[in-house]
Amino acid sequence: MVRFSHVTKEYPRTGVALNDVTFRVNKGEFAFLTGPSGAGKSTILRLVLMEDAPTAGEVRVSGAAASEMRRRDVPLLRRKLGVVFQDFRLLEDRTAEENVAFALEVTGAPRDGIAARVSRLLTQVGLAAKGTSYPRELSGGEQQRVAIARALVHDPTLLIADEPTGNLDERATRGIFQLLREINAAGTAVMMATHNLDLVRRSNYRVIELNRGQLVYDSAAAAATTAATATNAAADPEV
Amino acid sequence: MRLTLREVVLGVRRSPLLSALSIVTIAFSLFAVGLFGLVALNVSRALRGLEEHVEIRAFVADATPIEAVTTALGDINAFPEVLQVEYVPPELALKRARKELTEFSDVFDASVLPGSMEIRLRPGFRDPVTVGAVASRVLAYPFVDDVRYGEEWVQKLYDIRNLAAAAGVILGIAFAAVAIIIIATTIRMSVLARAREISIMRLVGATDGFVRRPFLIDGFLKGVAGGALALAMTWSASNLISARLINTVFFDRDIALLGILGGGLIGLLGSAMSVGRHLRRV
Repeated sequence: MVRFSHVTKEYPRTGVALNDVTFRVNKGEFAFLTGPSGAGKSTILRLVLMEDAPTAGEVRVSGAAASEMRRRDVPLLRRKLGVVFQDFRLLEDRTAEENVAFALEVTGAPRDGIAARVSRLLTQVGLAAKGTSYPRELSGGEQQRVAIARALVHDPTLLIADEPTGNLDERATRGIFQLLREINAAGTAVMMATHNLDLVRRSNYRVIELNRGQLVYDSAAAAATTAATATNAAADPEV
Repeated sequence: MRLTLREVVLGVRRSPLLSALSIVTIAFSLFAVGLFGLVALNVSRALRGLEEHVEIRAFVADATPIEAVTTALGDINAFPEVLQVEYVPPELALKRARKELTEFSDVFDASVLPGSMEIRLRPGFRDPVTVGAVASRVLAYPFVDDVRYGEEWVQKLYDIRNLAAAAGVILGIAFAAVAIIIIATTIRMSVLARAREISIMRLVGATDGFVRRPFLIDGFLKGVAGGALALAMTWSASNLISARLINTVFFDRDIALLGILGGGLIGLLGSAMSVGRHLRRV
């Protein structure tokens, strides 16, 4: 689904944002990206969205390599991905329905099916009754649900969430996280950058931790190492 | 297309003041171009009027048979450069002289003035080289004593015309370039005002072409509106100058329509520059 092989990203002004990072997120997996501010979490998400190209190494998303990707093909890749942000990024002068429909309209989806699809998605995120509300009339949690509905319009294989609960209170955070779990349970892989360690500890999902641009911990790799050690120990009891 | 037009209308409705400001800015930029065009048009018309006075006068020797002159008139009239050729007999020359120059008023004998052939050239053949070449061919007739065409005057007129044409092209390009830059900057403000929307469009998978289209239409329409406003302002200025200072001519309908369309194209180009630059950055 997503593969980073020895990826380094350097910006002319701010220097190295990622340094020799290697990991892989599989289909249907849920992975947290954690680490302090400036650790490189958002850089990883930008690279996955192909908003940036790596300075060195290889990034592959849905089988497409960033190095071979032509600019005009990037929108087609983005239609396979869903993305939500901490600040929701909704259009203030459009209703919840219009915000979700917008994502379908700008990609040339046939007009007939749009209304039904938007209605189904708003129901899925628990906002069936708020379709005609403007973002300013919705709470933070509700706005994030609209953003999630918008991210799901193309049935993405991967949902990227950059601090989706960063602006929300505890209750709304739990609601949004539950929604992301349900989306994942339905088969969509989720990569979620977060500072919320409570959320990370309370769940059993994979954790990729970054610090100063380096991958310092990957729970999947740690589990694999533990499993290999256990297998070796069982095979050779004297070790 | 329906969606593109909806986005154009939404853009205008969302920031009507910015849209009005854009149109007024475009109008003033094009007004400067229009005023310059008006000056260029009137200068060129005045020079054309002067050029019409370019004339070759071939003086015919005394006692030349009228048949020889008539044959020569036919030959000269067939020259591709010649618009009109006319024989002025000595009597008519004297009559004209008496009318134009008072010192001739007491001269009674037409024989003091020679007969002449007055040759007027077609537009495009009034440059010094062509005038000189036609004069030489006319001088080759044995009964032609002399030819006059105000060589120095024709040369000066030609130089002024060339200078005016060069200044017209250079200043016209400069004015148009300034207008494009101003319009691009104005439209850039509209692009920046919708930067959030553009970033969302791109995140959900809109192509650059799709993002660009409403801005191009917006730029074209603003250019057309600005062009029409500029035309109205130029027309008012032209009327004011005609009433208060000097009689001027205004652009004909085709040029006026071309001006409005030009405004639209400049708006389109300005938009393409602004939105293209923005898309390359984000």
